[in-house]
Amino acid sequence: MTSTVIRAQGLGKEYRRYTLGEGINRYATLRDSLTDAMNSVVRGRRRVSTTFWALQDVSFEVSEGDIVGIIGNNGAGKSTLLKILSRVTEPTLGEADLHGRVASLLEVGTGFHPELTGRENIFLNGAILGMRRAEIARKFDEIVSFSEIEQFIETPVKHYSSGMYLRLAFAVAAHLEPEILLIDEILAVGDAAFQQKCLGKMDEVAGSGRTVIFISHNLDAIQRLCPRCVLMDHGRIIADGPTDAIVSRYLSSVSDTAGPEQWIELTGAGRPANGDVRIVAARYSGDARLGNRVATGGPLEVQCVLESNRARNLSSLAITIYSRSGTKLLNADTIELGKSIPIRSGRTTVGIRIEQVHLNPGSYIVGIWIGDSIGHALDHIAEAFVLDVVLVRGQGFGKAAHGAVACHFDVVPDLASSASEPRLGDHVRSEADS
Amino acid sequence: MSFPVADTPETAPAFATRRVIRIRAARGSRAFDLAELWEYRDLIYFLVWRDSKVRYKQTVLGVAWAILQPLSTMLVFSLFFGRLARIPSDGVPYPLFTYAALVPWAFFSNAMIQAANSVVLNQQLITRVYFPRVIIPLSTVLSGAVDFAITFVVLLGLLMVYDLWPTLRMLWVVPLSVLALLTATGVGVWLAALNVRYRDIRYIVPFLTQFWLFATPIAYPSSLLSEPWRTLYAVNPMVGVVEGFRWAVLQTPIRPDTAVLIATVVSIALFLAGVRYFHSVERTFADVV
Repeated sequence: MTSTVIRAQGLGKEYRRYTLGEGINRYATLRDSLTDAMNSVVRGRRRVSTTFWALQDVSFEVSEGDIVGIIGNNGAGKSTLLKILSRVTEPTLGEADLHGRVASLLEVGTGFHPELTGRENIFLNGAILGMRRAEIARKFDEIVSFSEIEQFIETPVKHYSSGMYLRLAFAVAAHLEPEILLIDEILAVGDAAFQQKCLGKMDEVAGSGRTVIFISHNLDAIQRLCPRCVLMDHGRIIADGPTDAIVSRYLSSVSDTAGPEQWIELTGAGRPANGDVRIVAARYSGDARLGNRVATGGPLEVQCVLESNRARNLSSLAITIYSRSGTKLLNADTIELGKSIPIRSGRTTVGIRIEQVHLNPGSYIVGIWIGDSIGHALDHIAEAFVLDVVLVRGQGFGKAAHGAVACHFDVVPDLASSASEPRLGDHVRSEADS
Repeated sequence: MSFPVADTPETAPAFATRRVIRIRAARGSRAFDLAELWEYRDLIYFLVWRDSKVRYKQTVLGVAWAILQPLSTMLVFSLFFGRLARIPSDGVPYPLFTYAALVPWAFFSNAMIQAANSVVLNQQLITRVYFPRVIIPLSTVLSGAVDFAITFVVLLGLLMVYDLWPTLRMLWVVPLSVLALLTATGVGVWLAALNVRYRDIRYIVPFLTQFWLFATPIAYPSSLLSEPWRTLYAVNPMVGVVEGFRWAVLQTPIRPDTAVLIATVVSIALFLAGVRYFHSVERTFADVV
């Protein structure tokens, strides 16, 4: 008999946003609070606060030993749900019961300190993830050998490469022994061999009767690991069932806000709006076969509606893609093509098409820029919308999934004996000749 | 009805002993859950260990910083207040008089300042993992104990220089330090919680510390005040702690009973009020930070 280990009933989460004129201010200051109090006393006016429901009426049950994947577009409420289940934040409405020891991995390497050595960080990170000191000590050797970085274990992790850092972090996480494991998009770390090892470890976890909830944009991994899948949209669960059916439903459905093929209004976005040309709206589309979603290695087309006070030739229209942490990953600027874009007085729709987007599955931020021929901005929206990239089919455990950018690569065997080995002398001579 | 002895949690089936975590839309303030804190004792240990380890690893002078701060303040105070202003020091050599006060003061003020910033500094943890939030300021305060021990050893050294040998009175240092710890925690967690919402707090804390320093008998003896002001003054719990330290370590003649009594009541009240406030707002931390 299997028993229910997670039971959620009517979970809801409301977030409040304070708006101060233009833009969103996350931190209140004492001054704001004081002036608010003054305003409400003197004039009966308050700062505008808008609320929105990140999660609404979410109910579900998970039985012992189930491996459940959660998918959905950006803003569907997947991460909010996981945060509530892992008790990082509390629900506004509803309740949930979890039977057993819970470990949540919303990120690998939480609490790693760069000044501490690998050994010290294993203990610190283990304790943060809920392991007892004796438990960490017992598994220490196993963790170190899993991470394959034995020789650097006494080195401060600030000297580690990002790959080594992730290996160590995953090794600690992989040795957690909770009854319920909540995972948010972290599995894909390291090189292909290490990924296979992680996949093996995950199979082991699944086989040992542990209950796992797993969020990912990597549909391939979801299909491999999770027999059951939950599809979320706008903070609600819209489908729940066998993974293959749910994934194909997801790929054939079209989301209605800030998703593919929908116009995103940009007139309100905070920016100095004194230009003669403005970006009014934008939308994006990807692969028509995937409900216009953007897939790793697939096409991306971004269309913009521009509003101009007169007919002109636009020298530069650029699309910039940033990682969630703000690193600029890609910049497609028409100025590099040397073509100017004719636009009419009034509104014109123009676009940029990228044939292959080599981004790994995940969420990215897209910025749009228009400028003149000498690089002055006419309008610039640093964060126009969030782009979701999915992976539909891959080789091994998620193709080249460490890092943001995907690439095609292969092994070049035995370079030393190759006849094509470059000789320094030849090279110098040929240069001197020219 | 009695149960057979074998029916203990160790032998009962797993589902019977399995812990249930209840997540509810919370109302009101959560109680201070000592049992849960005890369950997380290993995390507290590792956070204290991290804070003290990193502090000494990152700085060139390392441990010396802990000594340098009160020692240099002692030199400045001795020169300006002791030598130039000729402030009385209850018959004790002025440097000793002020250093004995600076030892608990440095512990208190550093603990309070660091606790106030702790939640904001550890926002990465708070938005990723669950644990009782009060562990963050608590472990920060506790990690100050290492510095405290070092400065105290220096105090013992100074006593020997002045040929003043410790007596059993010295043991009073322990409960007095607990009072300083309670006060620092109470005010620290309160400031830490406010700091999440109002980032101005970080500018207020240095002011607060500076005023508090002069409202505490560190550079001068509280015997300068006459009654009833002296009793009223002792509402600052650090007055009792500092005067108590002098009595215990320097063997000053008058035992500051009233001040220590008031300090005990006030520091416990501050601790309870601070932790209570912290608990009433902690559930919003992950959303606001």
